[in-house]
Amino acid sequence: MSDTVRVVLPAHLRSMAKVQGEIRVDVTGAVTQRSVLDAVEAEFPMLLGTIRDRATAKRRPFVRFYACEEDLSHEEPDAPLPDRVAQGDEPFLVIGAMAGG
Amino acid sequence: MGGTRVLVGTRKGAFVLTSDEARKDWQVDGPHFPGMEIYHLKGSSLNPDRIYASQSSAWFGQVIHRSDDGGSTWETVGNDFTYDGVPGQHQWYDGSLRDWAFTRVWHLEPSLHDADTVYAGVEDAALFKSTDGGTTWTELSGLRKHDTGPQWQPGAGGMCLHTILQHPSDPDRLFVAISAAGAFRTTDGGTTWQPINKGLRSGEIPDQDSEVGHCVHRIDMHPTNPDVLYMQKHWDVMRSKDGGDSWQEVSGNLPSDFGFPIAVHAHEAETIYVVPILSDSYHYPPDGKLRVYRSRTGGDEWEALTEGLPQADCYVNVLRDAMAVDQHESCGVYFGTTGGQVYASDDSGDSWAPIVRDLPAVLSVEVQTLQ
Repeated sequence: MSDTVRVVLPAHLRSMAKVQGEIRVDVTGAVTQRSVLDAVEAEFPMLLGTIRDRATAKRRPFVRFYACEEDLSHEEPDAPLPDRVAQGDEPFLVIGAMAGG
Repeated sequence: MGGTRVLVGTRKGAFVLTSDEARKDWQVDGPHFPGMEIYHLKGSSLNPDRIYASQSSAWFGQVIHRSDDGGSTWETVGNDFTYDGVPGQHQWYDGSLRDWAFTRVWHLEPSLHDADTVYAGVEDAALFKSTDGGTTWTELSGLRKHDTGPQWQPGAGGMCLHTILQHPSDPDRLFVAISAAGAFRTTDGGTTWQPINKGLRSGEIPDQDSEVGHCVHRIDMHPTNPDVLYMQKHWDVMRSKDGGDSWQEVSGNLPSDFGFPIAVHAHEAETIYVVPILSDSYHYPPDGKLRVYRSRTGGDEWEALTEGLPQADCYVNVLRDAMAVDQHESCGVYFGTTGGQVYASDDSGDSWAPIVRDLPAVLSVEVQTLQ
């Protein structure tokens, strides 16, 4: 049994992955940050290390995770994502932190 | 007639500049990887269509790109730079110990001996090798695990391995340089390493005879005389006649012996180039004049090369990987600035002209001489 999860990537990562707009990945088991990102990286291996550190598998410091108008960046990687993300009603947003003057 | 391809890494993408051997008319292609910091690009001398690029971003980390068609198209290759074993600790700015942690690839050096082999110099300082065109990387950990490793410390730009020199006929003989640890040599392909810093003098460290701790900015050699090494150190231009066993200062009449790049003429083993910078706290040329200095005697005696370069109100810097020479009969010399200009000389530095004036800040310049 798998769920199809919608994921929105920042522009630079869409370019690297050669995709436009949001992507959809199939997630088996519990829908969590870890399982969603595992699925993203399995389908788009060029994104390995760009969202999560290669050595620690932790979220990179300037990357944030949002969904359903909430900042989920500091949630545990294995905590369930909101039902509306798991059901495909809302996307899981990968955001590059704001920077500049 | 041969061609010329200049590879430019900038703060906001990579650019490929092409011309024929005359080097008067240039085509500018880019930005590739727009918006991303490209620390270094370099092509293989064995397969000039193969070019590697190091993309480093505080947001999205390290990415390595490879082109197999001369920079027209690119694919993402391996970016797993995991240190061998327990990484250990090195000195931090305040004298405390800090865990070794990978940050970025500063320099990519395709092998002179095998078209699928490429080396990567990284921060925190270590040397990696790939034998499959950058798909997978293995640390040559004898360097980082050298007894002096816990004494290594970062320069202002980070503790980076930025220079990789290969002996032209002995693939097991390599030289590397680390800021601020110094220069190292291996004669067994990277299994064991020796610090080669005897004769360096660095006011930033208390013990002038220290085996490590020297802030080496760049080293270069001429392939016909690989026992002679030239070094631009944080301060001082140095020369070794014995493969790095000892060094002598050759700063001579330079207006400042601080700088970053150093390059050797393609056909004259004792003709070298530096770009004097006022000091480590200014990071711009003396008197607002952008001058390349050339020595035809392996140092000590220098002449200013100014024709075509701004001689007033110029306050740019030239970074350590941002100077290169081509192999054409009339040797071309190239450098890029933090102001976004890439200057070229087609007459060994006698005269200069900008190829482009308004790129993002230039981090690296390499050149390929095409048949």
